[in-house]
Amino acid sequence: MTATENPESASPETNPGVPFTLNGVEFHANDGELLIDAAKRHGVHIPHFCYHPRMTPVGMCRMCLVEVDTGRGAGLQPSCMLPVTPNMKVNTESEPTTKAQDGVLELLLINHPLDCPVCDKGGECPLQDNAYAFGPGESRFVEEKRHYEKPIPISDLVYLDRERCILCDRCTRFASEVAGDPLIHFIGRGAQTEVNTFPEHEFSSYFSGNTVQICPVGALTAKPYRFAARPWDLSETESTSMVDSTGARVALHSSQDRLVRIQGVDSDATNWGWLSDKERFIYEATDSPERLTEPLVRDGSGDAVPTRWNNAVKQVVEALARPSDPRRIGVIGGARLTLESQYAWAKLLKGLGAVDNIDAQLGDGLPAELVLGLPKATIDSACQPGGVVVLLGPDLKEELPTLYLRLRHAIQFDGVSLVEISPRVTSFGDTVAARLNPLPGATGQIAKALADGMVGTSIGRSSAEELSAAHKLLISDRPVTVILGRGNLAESTDIIASAVASLRRANPNAKFLTALRRGNVHGALEMGLTPGYLPGAQPLSAAVDGWDMAPRSRGLDTAGILKSAVNGTLDTLVLLGADPLTDFPDSKLAAAAFERVGTVISVDTFMTASTGRADVVLPAAMFGEVDGTFLNLEGRISPVQAKVTSPGQTRADWMIAAEVAAAAGGDLGFTTLAELRSDIAANVPGFSDVHWDRTGHGADGPVITGIRSWEPTLTETAPIPPADDYGLRLVVDRKLWDNGTMTLAAASLKGQVGDAVMSVSPADLARLRIPSGNEASVAVGGGDARTVVVMSDPRVPVGAAHVPFHLNGVDASDFLVTGQPVIDIRIQAL
Amino acid sequence: MSRLNEANVELAQEIIARYPRRKSALIPLLHVAQEQNGYVTTAAMEHLAELVGITPAEVLGTASFYEMFKFEPQGKYMVNICTNISCQLLGGEELLHHAEKTLGIRPGGTTDDGLFTLEDVECMAACTEAPCLQVNYRHEYRLDHDDFDTLISELRSGSRPDIPDHGTLGLVRQHIPDGRMAGIDSPEKTGSPEWFTARSSN
Ligand code: SF4
Ligand code: FES
Ligand code: FES
Repeated sequence: MTATENPESASPETNPGVPFTLNGVEFHANDGELLIDAAKRHGVHIPHFCYHPRMTPVGMCRMCLVEVDTGRGAGLQPSCMLPVTPNMKVNTESEPTTKAQDGVLELLLINHPLDCPVCDKGGECPLQDNAYAFGPGESRFVEEKRHYEKPIPISDLVYLDRERCILCDRCTRFASEVAGDPLIHFIGRGAQTEVNTFPEHEFSSYFSGNTVQICPVGALTAKPYRFAARPWDLSETESTSMVDSTGARVALHSSQDRLVRIQGVDSDATNWGWLSDKERFIYEATDSPERLTEPLVRDGSGDAVPTRWNNAVKQVVEALARPSDPRRIGVIGGARLTLESQYAWAKLLKGLGAVDNIDAQLGDGLPAELVLGLPKATIDSACQPGGVVVLLGPDLKEELPTLYLRLRHAIQFDGVSLVEISPRVTSFGDTVAARLNPLPGATGQIAKALADGMVGTSIGRSSAEELSAAHKLLISDRPVTVILGRGNLAESTDIIASAVASLRRANPNAKFLTALRRGNVHGALEMGLTPGYLPGAQPLSAAVDGWDMAPRSRGLDTAGILKSAVNGTLDTLVLLGADPLTDFPDSKLAAAAFERVGTVISVDTFMTASTGRADVVLPAAMFGEVDGTFLNLEGRISPVQAKVTSPGQTRADWMIAAEVAAAAGGDLGFTTLAELRSDIAANVPGFSDVHWDRTGHGADGPVITGIRSWEPTLTETAPIPPADDYGLRLVVDRKLWDNGTMTLAAASLKGQVGDAVMSVSPADLARLRIPSGNEASVAVGGGDARTVVVMSDPRVPVGAAHVPFHLNGVDASDFLVTGQPVIDIRIQAL
Repeated sequence: MSRLNEANVELAQEIIARYPRRKSALIPLLHVAQEQNGYVTTAAMEHLAELVGITPAEVLGTASFYEMFKFEPQGKYMVNICTNISCQLLGGEELLHHAEKTLGIRPGGTTDDGLFTLEDVECMAACTEAPCLQVNYRHEYRLDHDDFDTLISELRSGSRPDIPDHGTLGLVRQHIPDGRMAGIDSPEKTGSPEWFTARSSN
């Protein structure tokens, strides 16, 4: 469990590189390095517009022309398209160069409206900056400029002002090359060329906000930020996105103590500067009027009324002290919290209260043993050129979009081969090297066949060719990474564990990335907010030095906690930013649990369905308002920073834990973040050397949870027999835009949530004689039938039926039952 | 709603089969679409996107690069009059003005009866026969104003069977028998030529 990374391992002595002369000084470039990059590394800035270091150069704008002599006489060459060759002589300051810059800028400005005073980009605009630094200062163009309708919305989030566009091809290149959503394009030709969507179509990409960030002029603007602030009024700090477990690096921008923008920061290790629109626009939730800002308690008539902190805390202490046995207390949630807050709550609950019924996952994740115990890969190691990635999990574009972009790049450009073992065809589409879409229940069987090399005949719907291609890749001596996730809420995690066992047997060197979607869930598990573990992934038997006590026996997970409530064996339920009534897959179980449970305490940022049922509500400060640390899916540590003041009486989660401890007469042993961090460093294995304040620009934190001293015990279980001829096996997975609390609280995002339909393969739908788009009757087992819309979708394997979770329209939780390995449904024409 | 009709879908499939990658067939398919409706309809572009597996935006982006694909209804006869240098010297501009007057439309316009669309174009590689024009891309050479009027009345009366409706490329369509199809494996399958690999690996 030590730092495992050393990014700068190439030693310059062995290969001095390509010698070249830059403005009269001798330098060396790396092999194949573009002149514009080599110059930048040696401190010479060459102005440019279209060049972007994370995209293929196209030489569109000619701003980067410099005078280059390769022995055949000096001439102007675009430095973004030109790899440095030996003994090249480059002059970026000569008269021909400056004249070229002057000319290019004059031409670019011919049709530019120069409406900088009313432009969002004004003040941070590359066109403005370059025009000042390198431009002619005056235009000779007296004719009429090109005119277009001023900004037109090309999606709900992005506006396009074609007059300002300089046709650099950044946005369009991003859409097709990086995001794989070529929904905007150059249209027309010559002076008539414009960027636009197809008529009446939207630029509906999960990544649309990136085009706004990389547009070198103000042609693309983000609706949530339009006219919200001027660049010189912004104050900025770097942080880590807590939207999902990738941990993308972001810059938080605030104006007058309000978050007004989030931008991607180019971190080599994680997001390369890209963000999903959820990561980018989620800040709107921070100052939503729906925020909880004061403690609430339920009064005699059952209404939640505001109260003072010490009264609320007193009631929490009573509710925690009342049960005779710590096993009568249950705690759900914790993935929203920073690592420090997670530790504080773990110490309060496990170290002072001996409670082990704690689960940061809501029945929609993976067994903690797998997440904590499997040997970890990094995103970089998974994406290394020539690697093999086995995706045993969900569509990453829906759950971890920035990880999806990294992997997509690795497949497209670095020869990474992807073996897809997902319940249905994912967004990687035809770029996969082998596609196996096992029916729920057969996932383990397929993995076992791959391990045993039994790939000569087809299994279910997976053909022999696909199976043997997958087998060859899995056992090849190329580096193999398994990306493990929960591709189907209707398939039990035992089946996934069994598949993992087979894959490990097939290739013991394989490394793992656990693709869980909840923000800081890896931090939560690492800090012990999961049954059976103490911080640092230690068993309950290991004593934590600074702790008074530890739970004696392994506690319950979320499903167990809810069941215990139903059985009347749970007195107090604590929600740490969790909303089981809407987020737990089996909503009937959650509802029954809330009926029976004694006291409910909720520490949250918004009034959710579950918080609405709480007896005591403690308002917490959230992302953007707290300092702390994030642990991403690689086990990489990175800082989360406060930018704005938290509203009302909200407090950081760790402070709430410390106060509850103090009110109960205990002592967590810290009153400041620094003391809390020293406590973690002293008591949690692996954290002794963490540099908590490592916040430099683009600094990639180290991976600290690489290898364990223990191994997860995994057994290969028997396959589940296929459904009968009438049944279809249920696949329930997630979409990026769902009715999550934060999405709904962000004004611009809530409209993105779509309607769920049930989709079935065209063959099955034909067999059932239901026309696509019609309503049909759907029932689980002998349960009540529901009427839902059924669509035909070739991405769903024959024999399965797919519904996304937690959208409007069809409610997937109607069909989900806890404790079933798989769920078979019946669809009948009405 | 003008997607490709059934016969044209079949034709499209045949055309697609000639190319190693589906999307390479886009330009010929755009011609099929233009032939069907006299112009490329929005619905046809969406249909082509489905057929070759790209987005409608990519279809429009590609199609709109070419002047000869039209996205709005055109006259049955597209009259292109050359006003480039050779034709201009020999009365091309006057011919255009005469056409404007006769037809009652400006370049880019279409007559109310939907018969004629007029365009002012650059050199059509027939300078030796200046001034010249094209009707649906079929040349007419050395026209004076009377010749123009005759041409128009012939077209109106339907006595020019050699000039098919706008959008028609050829009167005979190419068919490649299965046995004569060559080299349709994609580069991904066949691998790059040696010189290409050698260059990209250094
Ligand atoms: S909209 Fe912006 S990013 Fe896109 S081509 Fe125009 S200037 Fe470039
Ligand atoms: S930056 Fe080189 S041509 Fe645009
Ligand atoms: S100038 Fe008219 S055809 Fe060449």
